[in-house]
Amino acid sequence: MNDPTVPTRLAPEAFAKSFAETVPGLTRKAAMEESNRCLYCYDAPCIKACPTSINIPSFIKRIATDNMKGSAIAIMDANPVGASCARVCPTEELCEGACVLNDESDPIKIGLLQRYATDWAVESGQTLFKAGSPNGRKVAVIGGGPAGLSAARELARDGFAVVIYEAKSLAGGLDTYGIVSFRLPQSISLWEVDQVRKLGVEIRTGVKVGVDVTTEELLADYDAVILAAGMGNVSNLGIEGEQLEGVYDAIEYVEATKTDVPPYPIVGARVAVIGAGNTAIDAATCSARLGASNVKMIYRRTMDEMTAYDFEYEFAKQEGVEFSWLTAPKRIIGDESGRVTHLECVRMELSDAVGQDGRRIPAQVESSEFLLPVDAVILAIGQKRHQSLIDHLGLKHDRGVVLIEEETRRTSNPRIYAAGDIVFGNGKGEAMVVSAAEQGKQAAYAVSRHYSSNSFQANDSVAI
Amino acid sequence: MADLRTKLAGISSPNPFWLASAPPTNTGYQVQRAFEAGWGGAVWKTLGDPIINTSSRFAAVHFNGQRVAGFNNIELITDRPLEVNLKEIYETKKRFPNHAVVVSLMVEPKREKWHEIVKKVEAVGVDGLELNFGCPHGMAERGMGSASGQQPDLVEMQTMWAKEAAQTPVIVKLTPNITDITVVARHAVMGGADAISLINTINSLAGVDIHTWNTVPHVGGKGAHGGYCGPAVKPIALSMVAECAKDPKVSVPISGIGGISSWQDTVEFMLMGATNVQICTAAMHHGFRIVEEMIDGLNNYLDDKGIAAASDLVGQTVPKYSTWGELDLNYQVVARIDTETCINCNKCHIACEDTSHQCIDRLTDANGKAYLKVREEDCVGCNLCAIVCPVDGVIDMVEIQSRHAPMTWNDRQKALARMNSESSETEAV
Ligand SMILES: Cc1cc2nc3c(=O)[nH]c(=O)nc-3n(C[C@H](O)[C@H](O)[C@H](O)COP(=O)(O)OP(=O)(O)OC[C@H]3O[C@@H](n4cnc5c(N)ncnc54)[C@H](O)[C@@H]3O)c2cc1C
Ligand SMILES: Cc1cc2nc3c(=O)[nH]c(=O)nc-3n(C[C@H](O)[C@H](O)[C@H](O)COP(=O)(O)O)c2cc1C
Ligand code: SF4
Ligand code: SF4
Ligand code: SF4
Repeated sequence: MNDPTVPTRLAPEAFAKSFAETVPGLTRKAAMEESNRCLYCYDAPCIKACPTSINIPSFIKRIATDNMKGSAIAIMDANPVGASCARVCPTEELCEGACVLNDESDPIKIGLLQRYATDWAVESGQTLFKAGSPNGRKVAVIGGGPAGLSAARELARDGFAVVIYEAKSLAGGLDTYGIVSFRLPQSISLWEVDQVRKLGVEIRTGVKVGVDVTTEELLADYDAVILAAGMGNVSNLGIEGEQLEGVYDAIEYVEATKTDVPPYPIVGARVAVIGAGNTAIDAATCSARLGASNVKMIYRRTMDEMTAYDFEYEFAKQEGVEFSWLTAPKRIIGDESGRVTHLECVRMELSDAVGQDGRRIPAQVESSEFLLPVDAVILAIGQKRHQSLIDHLGLKHDRGVVLIEEETRRTSNPRIYAAGDIVFGNGKGEAMVVSAAEQGKQAAYAVSRHYSSNSFQANDSVAI
Repeated sequence: MADLRTKLAGISSPNPFWLASAPPTNTGYQVQRAFEAGWGGAVWKTLGDPIINTSSRFAAVHFNGQRVAGFNNIELITDRPLEVNLKEIYETKKRFPNHAVVVSLMVEPKREKWHEIVKKVEAVGVDGLELNFGCPHGMAERGMGSASGQQPDLVEMQTMWAKEAAQTPVIVKLTPNITDITVVARHAVMGGADAISLINTINSLAGVDIHTWNTVPHVGGKGAHGGYCGPAVKPIALSMVAECAKDPKVSVPISGIGGISSWQDTVEFMLMGATNVQICTAAMHHGFRIVEEMIDGLNNYLDDKGIAAASDLVGQTVPKYSTWGELDLNYQVVARIDTETCINCNKCHIACEDTSHQCIDRLTDANGKAYLKVREEDCVGCNLCAIVCPVDGVIDMVEIQSRHAPMTWNDRQKALARMNSESSETEAV
């Protein structure tokens, strides 16, 4: 018999059950009722609130009039990862937040309707778009996440020959590996990847640019390069004990749950998650669903400063996650065998000093240290930048955030364009799947524009 | 508690709600259940020589996710033996002496046929008879139903034959599948009708299945035209009731039928001249219990308005229903938008811009907030924006002082005629 005090792994059946998608899709009747409730506004504010400008009243009217293919195309045309976005977009901050029915009754459930239409497309097995007639140009895309897929899809539709270089064994980026399965099943992201592949885009997986292929090769072989490598794993905390067994990187931790039961003993474990952003929430809810007996989020500021969305916070609370505000980790303590046993924390208070980001800076409360007994510690305090790749490409950057000319999405190398999380940071915009998708589209259009207007000049200057 | 009792050509009923002759009144079991539920009267499913009904027979038109905007059928008259029906009518009337039991009849246009059926039916004890000259399908092929209802002289003659034998009041049910309903109504009156009821169903085809290319409904792959009823036909029925109500030559009471689904619809029909109403589709959609909501709503409406009896409503709006030539051409309303409650969906703007008079401007206030404003000097007061606005009360159609005295088209024609007759020949154009 297992010792109940020693954490174990979840059984495969239990795992399959608790990692299946939580929110049920709309039934046909519910979709009909909801779609018929949409007013079909003129110059609708919901469209303006969508970073990819999906024609929302149009796709909803198509659901209402039983034109599911037309609906799916309206969505996917504007957003190549529209099926994932239907599930992970913070809709109350975007389209649904702008719906004119907010005060009058309830906003239209745009996300769920979008999911209803794209689910139809997934099930139908149809290929929604066609490649353009070849224009003889070749583009390399570094990274097969939302930004890279969007760029590749639009370029293929414009007749470019596109090759995506993807370090991992599957494309899709964080949609495939980073966002928990019970919010976004991997199959949805892989369907989106497949739609892009069906346009003739070659996706070379397991190829890491800078390691398996050099920048020089790319620049020599392609007319242009789109850099869409996202961000890296979680940054180190810089405290004692991070190397102990039972200390995990949140990104890797979630990734291990995307395909199978992860190798971590979490059933019955006491888990501390350090951070309070989207990644931290995903790691915490993942832990709860993996069977942890207690999950605490350790955050050095208060609820008001956390970067997770309200709906994420609510979801985490429902999952039984506890929040320790104004608490900072000091040291991770292990036993002789090198396994984590405690997290030493210290209480914080917000000082009057305000940081660069406009948030009040937290300061330690003297002699308030205490020990938290834990079986696992998950680090989720922001992602690392792809410093070595950026250096390898020789691009200008600000602390790992690649600098671009907003209009053309060009980096300091005029033949390299960039989109997605790799240009996100330092207070500019939000790291969201939908904005990565839009930036990918814009980068592709910039490349297209460039080649349709003038022949390429190697020394074109870029204003950054 | 208002007095809901009604009396149609001498037929008393505890309230104005009757079930129309249709599937809900097919059997004694059903009619008795209906009376228990609160219906004031029932017109028994049309009796005649039994026929065979098809399968399938109904279809409906759904609108924007709402079921049964309109209802279509190819059902004929009763398919049960006359004796069975007569026995059940007898039992029903005996159990419910205070409810109105009226029996619908349809036979070949032969004098002796009418005499025979009228006598048989009256012998079991009924409160009245309704002559079905309306059924637009099946029976028409046999020279009955709307086939005779479309010929004013046949209506008149058959009404006369029925009246020759009848002891109880005779109601003539009219088909709407004609050009001018009042012509047939007048002939029914000339034939001696004690009341008229209208409308029966309108010729219709509910739809075509775009996948199988069959008609909807179909019988083994073949379709035939049916009769349309339900909420969608209400405006048509209401106008026909109104035309009859204001025609001095149609001097008998009216039983209003066609798309009535609520107490509000009932009030409208009564205001427009109906003494009572008959209902089919709403009962088929929701069951007999729907009458509870109608009775309760009507009651509260009358109490709120301080009206003692439902019968006081009858015909109140008829004098207001005139002809186009009597409308004041100088009366003017304009649309006014309440920017406080407007939700900025821009539906009014695009409707006026694309399909009316281009007078709703999209503007931005000092704080950069979008708002809409009607250029009243260009607004023709068509109502379109108020119709499409999804929020009640945001757009008001307000009356504005006209610069001219009231003048109707008829006044104008008269004035012009006078001016022409007064003017010299050289001035004439
Ligand atoms: C846990 C978590 C939860 C999140 N939840 C949400 C959410 O709910 N809603 C939302 O909108 N956003 C969410 N996000 C953010 C969102 O996932 C990202 O903003 C988005 O995926 C960025 O897309 P991208 O294409 O720029 O980068 P990524 O998705 O990171 O894709 C980059 C790809 O590039 C590949 N790559 C990297 N380096 C190389 C190289 N050298 N050579 C080849 N390939 C390389 C990577 O393997 C990866 O596949 C979440 C993020 C995390 C981490
Ligand atoms: C405001 C209005 C004005 C119309 N004027 C005309 C007209 O001038 N000539 C005409 O032949 N039909 C006219 N019609 C009838 C339409 O052409 C059409 O036959 C009718 O509206 C049925 O179609 P619908 O159900 O698509 O509206 C008018 C309809 C509307 C609503
Ligand atoms: S704002 Fe709301 S009601 Fe208007 S089109 Fe968009 S989803 Fe529909
Ligand atoms: S009433 Fe007619 S003309 Fe006037 S603003 Fe409204 S839609 Fe335009
Ligand atoms: S239709 Fe009504 S709610 Fe919509 S913009 Fe016009 S006035 Fe406002």
